[in-house]
Amino acid sequence: MSNTQASNGAHARIYVVVFVALLALTIVTVSLSYLHLSVFPSVLLALIVASIKGYLVSNYFMHLISERRLIYAILVLTGIFFLSLIFLPLSHFHDRVG
Amino acid sequence: MQIPYTVAERPDTGVFNAKLGIWLFLASEVMLFGALFSSYILLRTGALAWPHGYTILNVPLATLNTVVLITSSITMVMSWVALRNRDFGKYRKYIGGTVLLGFVFLIIKAIEYGAKFEHHLYPSENTFLAIYFTLTGLHGLHVIGGMIVNAYFWGPGSKMWVTDPERFTNRIEVAGLYWHFVDLVWIFLFPVLYLL
Amino acid sequence: MAHVAAVAHTGNHHEHPLGFLQKYIFSQDHKVIGLQYLLTSLCFLFFGFSLMMMMRWQLAYPGQPIPFIGGLLGEANAPGGIMLPEFYNQLGAMHGTIMVFLGVVPLAVGAFGNYVVPLQIGAPDMAFPKLNMMSYWVYFLGGVTMLASFLMPGGAANSGWTSYAPLSVIATMGQTVWLFGMVFLITSSLLGSINFIVTIVQLRARGLTFMRLPFFVWSQLVTSFLLLLAFPPLEAAGVMQLMDRLAGTSFFMPSGLVVAGEVMPYSGGGSPLLWQHLFWFLAHPEVYVLILPALGIVAEIVANNTRKPLWGYNSLVYAAIFLGFMSFIVWAHHMFLTGMGTVISTFFQTTTMIISIPSVIILTALFISLWGASMRFNTQMLFALAFLPMFGIGGLTGLPLGLAPTDIHLHDTYYVIGHFHYVVAPGTIFALFAGVYHWYPKVTGRMMNEFWGKFHFWGSLVCMNGIFMPMFVQGLAGVSRRLYDGGQQYAHAQGVFHLNEWMSISAWMLALFQIPFIINFFLSSRKGRKVESDNPWEATTLEWATPTPPPHGNFTVVPEVHRGPYEYSVPGHLRDYTPQHQPEKA
Repeated sequence: MSNTQASNGAHARIYVVVFVALLALTIVTVSLSYLHLSVFPSVLLALIVASIKGYLVSNYFMHLISERRLIYAILVLTGIFFLSLIFLPLSHFHDRVG
Repeated sequence: MQIPYTVAERPDTGVFNAKLGIWLFLASEVMLFGALFSSYILLRTGALAWPHGYTILNVPLATLNTVVLITSSITMVMSWVALRNRDFGKYRKYIGGTVLLGFVFLIIKAIEYGAKFEHHLYPSENTFLAIYFTLTGLHGLHVIGGMIVNAYFWGPGSKMWVTDPERFTNRIEVAGLYWHFVDLVWIFLFPVLYLL
Repeated sequence: MAHVAAVAHTGNHHEHPLGFLQKYIFSQDHKVIGLQYLLTSLCFLFFGFSLMMMMRWQLAYPGQPIPFIGGLLGEANAPGGIMLPEFYNQLGAMHGTIMVFLGVVPLAVGAFGNYVVPLQIGAPDMAFPKLNMMSYWVYFLGGVTMLASFLMPGGAANSGWTSYAPLSVIATMGQTVWLFGMVFLITSSLLGSINFIVTIVQLRARGLTFMRLPFFVWSQLVTSFLLLLAFPPLEAAGVMQLMDRLAGTSFFMPSGLVVAGEVMPYSGGGSPLLWQHLFWFLAHPEVYVLILPALGIVAEIVANNTRKPLWGYNSLVYAAIFLGFMSFIVWAHHMFLTGMGTVISTFFQTTTMIISIPSVIILTALFISLWGASMRFNTQMLFALAFLPMFGIGGLTGLPLGLAPTDIHLHDTYYVIGHFHYVVAPGTIFALFAGVYHWYPKVTGRMMNEFWGKFHFWGSLVCMNGIFMPMFVQGLAGVSRRLYDGGQQYAHAQGVFHLNEWMSISAWMLALFQIPFIINFFLSSRKGRKVESDNPWEATTLEWATPTPPPHGNFTVVPEVHRGPYEYSVPGHLRDYTPQHQPEKA
């Protein structure tokens, strides 16, 4: 437990900033949906906003930003299989005969 | 017999056992929800017509729920900070708040479900409602699981604070990682189901 | 995760003796849990085999009453002892499910992994002992659920072990129970695989670097990653199929489905192909879950009985890692028949051909390890030696199935059954038998009988080939794999129909040859010759550095590792084996 009170205080401030940013982004994504854009831009924008929020949660609340290489390695591996699970079946559905 | 590295980090890997364990578990959870998201994409791209979520679902309620979950995430992380500052009283307030916010989330979810059933919108109606109920239902189960764990650490589990504060702090970190992941899933569920 | 700390915490109080329940039933000792897995999975293995023996009667003598047990099957399944097609379908589905999910995987991973891995890495136990206990009991619950499905109205699941939709969605109640059983089994596997990875990464003894791990530990590590990341999509698919069956959703139900002239009451819009993708996303890595631990066991036994280092240890390790990685992106070669376009089928054919390379590297390295050795031909070595060509046949006959032009003709014929049974039955199961004979003295302190061991081996080897070799002949003739009368009504099957009798007799003989094994297994623990030392096979790895049988906590002194896993016959050393924990100057 090498953390001092002061650095914990600094962490707490970062968490509050992240919290406010998440609330703001929630408002952004809901407002965007009221624009009723066509499918492609609305999906793209929604995914970008969600990814930023996901980035904030995983990097700060789950403190991935200062995590060990071992954890990164596991997550990269999972990410590759996640993408193959999403895109390989999809490409099969778009490349069908009969 | 003592199992090594339950508290201290193993020097060459830099983590303690439970931290590695929870990240592996979360990796498997990514694949679980990944499969459901994959199904969503396949069903939607293959469908002749697909309703916009906001035409059927209640966006204001879901937005409120998003705020509730984000708030519960910050109370969770604050409870960990409180423990690292050796402030047990503050910890109890924050972790208790996290559990309560979980309850609020579930109540709002129940109101949403109830409204759907009232209008005879069941999972069998179409594939959109099917995936909606399956994804949110499974997510709800994860919320319940997290609440049970957090309630345990609020109540009986917190006795360990006296005997072994360092290990207890680690446990809260691990429980927090899970809880934030549940929040993370919702962050993607919300736009995908409600806003697109 | 929460209970981890608690266990380690009470660890200090283990001096007082545990009660019977804590010691044998709800034990948290990895060795007891390993033995629980061993006994349970061997029972399931034999039960799954018994289902197949009944099916083999029907295939050899269609329409004739089953002797001895025909009357016990009930009027609903076999009126007058004659098996109904519906019952045959149940037996087929449950044979596959039980053998894969309740027999071989729990035996290879749950039993051998649990017992041997912590010992080989010099750990006092698994990283999460309570989780370990839970994963056994959840597995047990899954097994009971599967067995209970036979009692459902309409019997057990009958849509094949693959449970393809839409057939499985409209099937009888047994399918629902099957899905619940699978959810338990998947949960158990997930808990187990997390435990294995954390144990291997975190609890290695001092000096035991990754490239000093015995190959068996490597195989378990890769296997655990496959279970961890490939099983959840099937869990998701299982939940969706449950929704289809119980809530009437249409995840896997296409629009306008008509069954027996009636429009099905589903909203439609779902996709049967989706189920296949999610199922094979698990089930292809599952093949490597079945084979990797077996390769690990064989590697240990080959090194020990050739008294030589394994040839190409590094390439074995890298091949196993690459194999594990590739196994996630080959799955759709099970789906060439679904009307796949050329682009995507080319992708999967290419990855399938690529994945055969690491398999061949592993097999070749093991073969070369035999070169120039003066081998000890004990029972476990015979099983391990037979494994190599049997797995080779299984692997090579798989190549035509990985290429769409040939697969389209061979798919769903007996050729496929022959192919994967060569991999799993005389392949994996032989390796598991080898493992039983190899580690038995460590577990019990007594040896198994060599004569009956060899009797068991030769009988099993002949019978296994008697069952599975003719399947290639039948498959190439085009006989479909799911016919309940073995193809009696089909013209193209007439020339090869008579092989069914031969295969069935082999199957029943195979059962007879297991009897000496069962007796040997139980009797030797009481009457077998006692081992003279803790290391009767003069092996190098850490599990032989413990007392026999290993006590709770395993090691009397905390081991430290000074060398690689297979230092056999090192020039200049006193003995022909140098254990890993032996310090440099010996």
